[in-house]
Amino acid sequence: MSLKGKAYIMGAWEHPTRKATDKSVALLHAECAKGALEDAGLTKNDVDGYFCAGDAPGALGPLSMVDYLNLKCRHVDSTDVGGSSYQVAVGHALEAIAAGRCSVALITLAGRPRSEGMATGTAPRAGNPSAPDMQFEYPYGPTVVNQYAMCAARHMHEYGTTSEQLAWIKVAASHHAQHNPHAMLRDVVTVEDVVNSPMVASPLHRLDCCVISDGGGALVVTSPEVAKSLKRPKVKVIGVGESPKHQMGGEVDLTYTAARWSGPPAWEMAGIKPSDIKYASIYDSFTITVLMQLEDLGFCEKGQGGKFVMDGNLISGVGKLPFNTDGGGLCSNHPANRGGITKIIEAVRQLRGEANPAVQVKNCDLAMAHGTGGSLGTRHCGSTVILERE
Amino acid sequence: MADRKIPFIGAPETNPETKPFFDGTAAGKFLIRRCTACKKAHWYPRSLCPFCFGDCAWEEASGDGTIYSMSVMKRAETPYAIAYVQLAEGPSMLTNIFTDNLDSLKIGQKVKVKLVPTEGGPPLPVFTPA
Repeated sequence: MSLKGKAYIMGAWEHPTRKATDKSVALLHAECAKGALEDAGLTKNDVDGYFCAGDAPGALGPLSMVDYLNLKCRHVDSTDVGGSSYQVAVGHALEAIAAGRCSVALITLAGRPRSEGMATGTAPRAGNPSAPDMQFEYPYGPTVVNQYAMCAARHMHEYGTTSEQLAWIKVAASHHAQHNPHAMLRDVVTVEDVVNSPMVASPLHRLDCCVISDGGGALVVTSPEVAKSLKRPKVKVIGVGESPKHQMGGEVDLTYTAARWSGPPAWEMAGIKPSDIKYASIYDSFTITVLMQLEDLGFCEKGQGGKFVMDGNLISGVGKLPFNTDGGGLCSNHPANRGGITKIIEAVRQLRGEANPAVQVKNCDLAMAHGTGGSLGTRHCGSTVILERE
Repeated sequence: MADRKIPFIGAPETNPETKPFFDGTAAGKFLIRRCTACKKAHWYPRSLCPFCFGDCAWEEASGDGTIYSMSVMKRAETPYAIAYVQLAEGPSMLTNIFTDNLDSLKIGQKVKVKLVPTEGGPPLPVFTPA
């Protein structure tokens, strides 16, 4: 049985804050939940399924948050695959709804790495000492940036990709962010600005990296019956896929991402192809993340990502594939160091026709939101969601 | 170059499964695991083969390798090179490259293992230009 269209995203809300010094993480989750439920025209008492990931406070998955929010749920899921958890959550909500395990699924993300002064990208993160990989990696100083940088270096080595080509991805995001009053970085930048910004971990410059922001977002995924009863435009979930990729026992290949595996089941379920997509939210922790995912999702041939992103091809109204029209993680928001949910929220805005008018894609009926969580350099998950305006 | 302190923050925690590896580095040997069934070497060391779940044996690696990819962490108190080195035996491992000239390092470059002491922990394998 295909799950295509068995659930709808009826509520989507992004927290406007980018710095939340005076709020708790739990409160940010709650404010996002409230925002998304109000957007859908539902109340907290309608929620019977709750989905969260590792950013949710508390030691035991969803338990602290369902307590704090005082939700009565028939179904919970706290699959944590970093920034891609929220695309995964949409897929799992689709499955749970189709199986009759819940009818109103609430997904929340929130965090405050900026207020907490976290050196998100440049400090090695302490892992759990019992993780089997840790003792063979952690002592060598792996950081988020230098792990992604190794992917960029290998891509450049194999395909001739250049720093200038990567820079075009930031340039496109900045063109979109100038129209978003909530974006952290609203200045339009040039290729020269990016390649002349300080090197963080070669070959990635400061402007190849996403922002560090507080905030969050939430989604409400419902059954078709509930969706029918609501007044908001209906955004149908027509394709999902998820897959982890890792070091494969030492057969390391940094030239592709898990999108190579999460994309095909999503395309197959949706029954469409990349050229049908009018708008794409592509996870943008770094410029290289976007480039590799575009290739792996089939928007261009492997190795041709550099050429594909040049000359404004990702800029709404200019290029063939408008991406991250809110400014994305590169310029607007990367709450809790996890950009998955904001990718889905902007795709929903585009499909509803509620994106900023300056970046709204005309006749936007098919959109994608792809997430990557973890590190492309070691182990990560790719998760793909394809959405249709009904 | 001023050798970056290893470990970066804490000494690697060993466990019963990996103790022989660190006993090996303490004795000046760089050990890897190879499957007794499918004969493939892998990284990082596991007792059950990650390719076929066969039993694995320890063997001393040649210490020869090639840089598969690398990055110089510039935004650090002391810049350092992180890399995947593909060992002559096959698997690639995450490591550091020690050299006085970080900017001269290149993908495809031949490197050789060097066991370096850590503070309060067992020695660790890094690589230097061959």
